[in-house]
Amino acid sequence: MSGHKMNRKKGTIGKLATSHIFLILVSITMLVPFLWMLFTAFKSNTEATSMNPFYILPREWRPDAFVTVLGNYDFGRLYLNTILLIIFRVLCAVLTATMAAYALGRLNFFGKNLAFGLVLLQMMVPSQIFVIPQYVMVSKMGMTNTLFGLVFPGLVTAFGTFLLRQAYMSLPRDLEEAAKLDGCNIGQTFFYIMAPLTKSSMVALGIFTALFAYKDLMWPMIVAPAKEWSTLAPALAKMQGQFTTKYPELMAASLLACVPMIVIYLIFQKQFIQGIATTGGKL
Amino acid sequence: MQRKPISYRRQRRRSEFLWGWAFLLPTVVGLIILNIYPIFYTIYLSFHKSGDFGRNNIFVGFQNYAKALKDMQILKAMRNSLLYMLMEVPISVALSLVLAALMNQKIRFRTVYRTIIFLPMVAAPAAVAMVWRWLFNTEFGLINHILGKKISWISDPKISLVSIAIIGIWSILGYNMILFLAALQEVPNDYYEAAELDGAGKAVQFFRITLPLISPMIYFVLVTRVIAALQVFDTIYMMMDRTNPALQDTQSLVFLFYRYSFVENNRGYGSTIVVLLLLITLIFTVLQNYGQKKWVIYD
Repeated sequence: MSGHKMNRKKGTIGKLATSHIFLILVSITMLVPFLWMLFTAFKSNTEATSMNPFYILPREWRPDAFVTVLGNYDFGRLYLNTILLIIFRVLCAVLTATMAAYALGRLNFFGKNLAFGLVLLQMMVPSQIFVIPQYVMVSKMGMTNTLFGLVFPGLVTAFGTFLLRQAYMSLPRDLEEAAKLDGCNIGQTFFYIMAPLTKSSMVALGIFTALFAYKDLMWPMIVAPAKEWSTLAPALAKMQGQFTTKYPELMAASLLACVPMIVIYLIFQKQFIQGIATTGGKL
Repeated sequence: MQRKPISYRRQRRRSEFLWGWAFLLPTVVGLIILNIYPIFYTIYLSFHKSGDFGRNNIFVGFQNYAKALKDMQILKAMRNSLLYMLMEVPISVALSLVLAALMNQKIRFRTVYRTIIFLPMVAAPAAVAMVWRWLFNTEFGLINHILGKKISWISDPKISLVSIAIIGIWSILGYNMILFLAALQEVPNDYYEAAELDGAGKAVQFFRITLPLISPMIYFVLVTRVIAALQVFDTIYMMMDRTNPALQDTQSLVFLFYRYSFVENNRGYGSTIVVLLLLITLIFTVLQNYGQKKWVIYD
């Protein structure tokens, strides 16, 4: 993100103060649910549901809810499954999309427009339209409750192909010409010269794919109902059914599901935000 | 290398064709199997009555559609999805535009603000829905406690959809803001300087310079958010129990699609619902594409 474009003298103190007040209010609104999740998770059920007097912070930070949740659910397995799903989805997306995007963005050949049409078509229809047939296919292959089943809809990505195609289209022509003169064939040009230049877009696609896989609820719920292959999101849905109104337990589970991604986000903030900005594309 | 240029060009074309298709093959094959064939298969299913275990589908023509368009539950779900979209998209887009404009100033702590406002984007919607359900709790919820009221946020049919939209807006604000901020940073400073010389105020500058210049990004966000908002599912699935009295007035088309297809195993009817969603989505995309010619400015 480049510098500020509004460095004009008129930025009076009063105006900035109003901006700050508004931004602080919004920030509080964003933070309160997370803080409430944290505080409730360390309360007892009676404390969480006692209104008078109303305690914001737990009187005593008790780990009871975490003990119950961790005793009932194998979080190690949930984390592992979620990580595996993320890794394979990201690998498949980046690998297939980067090749397809190079072909669509830099080469000219018969059938290219038709292929690009397929990419656009996939992006324009609501993704639920794929779900029943995809489930039937996975189930016919006997692959429900497997990692393959979980990854299945993400083996290729229209969105990623579109995103990386834009990255390739913005690269200068002379690079390829120079590579050609040096005797590189198309594969070598792609692999050694062009692909490395789209690294930031690949990172963007990776982050986007990872977030999507982490958040996905419907597909894992359908295709991997068995405990051993559950990911975090559908496990949370199940816990809600089990603990119903035991809010400390529910909040402890939510916290356990959210914290790893939040920590990763806080460490790689810059990549996250730039990556997400890239998904808006160069318009 | 004493080759004729013609044969060189032909060789190059041949080589581009072979490499191009080699690169495209995984994606194209994948798209055909995972997406294109399923579109037709789902449409095919929507014209059939589902037999047991997906076998023995019986062709029934438009019967599913005729039934769906008279089914109060589905009509209400259609209304719910549309209302949700009409609340979530305009409010979140307007708010995030304001936020992005504020963040585009030389202002302290902007990284801190940005980090916080984007935070909901990295939280699992299932967890987000659970904490909001807790915040919205009628008896013990934080929100009612602060307001000093006993509002049934998620079981009153009149407000439950608004509550779902609040969660949607809260969740997406940061994402939209980042996209708008990226667009704002592309706006050249000279425009503002010139406007300043002409004595234009901040508000005039925002409406006359900023908005037109980032209109392509606004259009992009509108199109993608409308499509996504029409598919609302996670929050509703997590918030609405089957016994909730507001269920009928809150459940979305995708929620019903899930229920019919994977709980009641009525894939034919489920497919019909998702095809109806497809049609609604296409109508909005076409309308927006038609409308953008009037307000989106490309340079």
